[in-house]
Amino acid sequence: MEKEDLRKELKVSAIENGTVIDHIPSKNVFQVIKILNLSEYQNQLLIGTNLDSNKMGKKGIIKVSNKFFKSDEINKIALVAPTATLIIIKNFEVVEKKKVEVPDYAENIVKCFNPNCITNNEEIATKFTVIDKKELKLRCHYCEKITARNNISFR
Amino acid sequence: MKNKSLVSINDFTRAEHVRILELAGAFEKNPRQHILQDFVVATLFFEPSTRTRLSFESAATRLGAKVIGFTDSSSSSVQKGESLRDTILTVSNYCDIIVMRHPREGSARFASEVAKVPVINAGDGANQHPTQTLLDMYSIRKTQGSLENLNIAFVGDLKYGRTVHSLVQALCNYNTTFHFVSPLELKLPSAVKIDIKQRNLVYHQSTDLLDVIPKVDILYMTRIQKERFSDPLDYEKVKNTYVLHNEMLAGAKPNLRVLHPLPRVNEITTDVDSNPMAYYFTQALNGVFVRQALLASILGVVD
Repeated sequence: MEKEDLRKELKVSAIENGTVIDHIPSKNVFQVIKILNLSEYQNQLLIGTNLDSNKMGKKGIIKVSNKFFKSDEINKIALVAPTATLIIIKNFEVVEKKKVEVPDYAENIVKCFNPNCITNNEEIATKFTVIDKKELKLRCHYCEKITARNNISFR
Repeated sequence: MKNKSLVSINDFTRAEHVRILELAGAFEKNPRQHILQDFVVATLFFEPSTRTRLSFESAATRLGAKVIGFTDSSSSSVQKGESLRDTILTVSNYCDIIVMRHPREGSARFASEVAKVPVINAGDGANQHPTQTLLDMYSIRKTQGSLENLNIAFVGDLKYGRTVHSLVQALCNYNTTFHFVSPLELKLPSAVKIDIKQRNLVYHQSTDLLDVIPKVDILYMTRIQKERFSDPLDYEKVKNTYVLHNEMLAGAKPNLRVLHPLPRVNEITTDVDSNPMAYYFTQALNGVFVRQALLASILGVVD
């Protein structure tokens, strides 16, 4: 109980203002960093991965100081981290908690599963329309094939 | 349709499809008109396709256009390692419209985004071949008087045949009743059935060709390729089941016509050729008129 309290304490109070992205699948923490372009970020950034989680077994967490994402910006991560929770912090206080939502379109995040797709053979940004958010089915703008949860991978 | 690329059959609306078919009818009556003499058509065939290329070149030439291009990538700069993007950007400078065939799926869509001139997709891998679809629609309309409310059977390889997939997609606009006849291994993929279900259209699936023939207006035959079967024994079992012989047409409706995208191997025996129901060679001729209609309307010479 004490340990749990300590963990919570650390998680929410470590930044004064900004966004905590919690419950990221551990293996995709670095994908999230890439999608949000956080490697270029100039303010304080705390990254944790393979942390114990009651819900998920292991999880990742990213704390981004002084950053409040627009929803279309943050929702891009829903493809790699559908379980992610967003916690908005202002003056060390949690002011909002929300879930990420799968976006309508995905640009240059997902790799087309079709090896014969032109995007896997030329330098082209991938584009997908999400045709089923629940089952996660994405139609490739180029080859028109459907990439689904069971064969999804990321660029 | 001026300056509009045609990559997928659904890039054009139903009204635009109908307009192309009407224009094709006019070109059939008068196929030699020098209305494109100021235009250059580039045919870029990154993989060989004699039939489609000749059909396009014939269409362009009969309208007076100049045709430039290459017939396979070994004779182009692709062999030197040039990207598709660079090839398309460069060729765009030399022509008014690009007709392209490429082995990769999505290549034509990409080219249409890069090119400064409109692009007509003449086949991108296993994805789309919209001019084939339009010539099939033209052939169906011409032989049946209308595209509406027909019973259409698709026979053979329904799993991999892009021709079948695009035509089914297009016919969903015309209250078609579909009859799919194939071996179990080559059934129509569920992704294609989504369109049919969304429109609440009726479709039947069967493995028995003879049973379906008396019910339909169009019999669309396709080739079953041996390499599609993982077990050669499975191929041996079905290979003769989907071969059309002349006597099998005895119970057909008088308006039935047999279509085939060609090339045929053995799935229609040659004794069918002299049957007035055989339409596949005329179907290929119709391709020239449809391509004339597309070139003329996309280049803005006709409305």
